[in-house]
Amino acid sequence: MSVTVLYFAWVKEKVGVGLESLSPPESVRTVSDLVDWLKLQSPSHAEAFSDLSQIRVAVDQVHGPFDAAIDDAKEIAFFPPVTGG
Amino acid sequence: MIRVQKKPFDPGAETNLFLDRNSNSGGVASFIGQVRDFQDDTDQKISVLELEHYPGMTEKELGRICSAARARWPLDDASVIHRYGPMKPGDAIVMVFTASAHRADAFAACEFIMDWLKTQAPFWKRERAGTDTSWVDAKTSDDDRASRWTSDD
Repeated sequence: MSVTVLYFAWVKEKVGVGLESLSPPESVRTVSDLVDWLKLQSPSHAEAFSDLSQIRVAVDQVHGPFDAAIDDAKEIAFFPPVTGG
Repeated sequence: MIRVQKKPFDPGAETNLFLDRNSNSGGVASFIGQVRDFQDDTDQKISVLELEHYPGMTEKELGRICSAARARWPLDDASVIHRYGPMKPGDAIVMVFTASAHRADAFAACEFIMDWLKTQAPFWKRERAGTDTSWVDAKTSDDDRASRWTSDD
C-alpha cells in the first residue's frame, strides 16, 4: 500500500516535513493503525502524535474518525483542530 | 462561489458583485471577519497573523458547508471568500454572503456557514506578537456554536 501523508500547522513543525509518500505494511488498516506505525518511524513522529486529543484527521480530504478504514485512500492528513474564520 | 486566496479583497466591491448576481433576491446577508489586533489570552498586540490552509480540501470543505446550507434553507446563492498567508490587523480575512427570498433564511444560513467554517474548514492561525510567534488554539465556544445547528432547530 502506498499513501501520501500530509501534516499541517504545529503537527508539520513537530514531524519536520509537510508531506511523506509512505508504504505502510498490510497490517495497517485504519487511521489509528497508521498513527501507531508512524510513531515508530522517528522520535519526532512519536512526539507529534503523543497527544491524539489535539490531532484531527482527514482521509482523502474528508474529516474522519481515527477508526476510519484506510482502504485504498490516496491521501491522509493530520492537523490540529482548525482555527480559521 | 468559493474563493480561497492570498491577496487582499475589498468587502465593498465583493458586496456589489454579489448584489449584481442576485438582484432578484429579497434578502442578502453578509458577514465579514477582520484580523484582531490583540491576542485573546494575553491581550498582547498582534503585528502579523499568518494563516495556513490545506489546498484542495479547503475549497472542498467550504463547498460542502455551502451545500449543507442550501439543503437546509431556500437560498438563491451562497458565497465564501477566505484569505490565507500573512495578514495585518484590520484586514478582512473572511466574507460570507447568502441570498434568499426572505431575510430570516439569509441570516440563519450566513451564521450557519460561519459557525461550520470555524470548526470544519482546514485553516490554522499563527499570531506574531512582539518577538513571539504562536499557533492559535481552537476554542470550545466555537464547537458549541456549531453544535447548536445539530442539537436544536
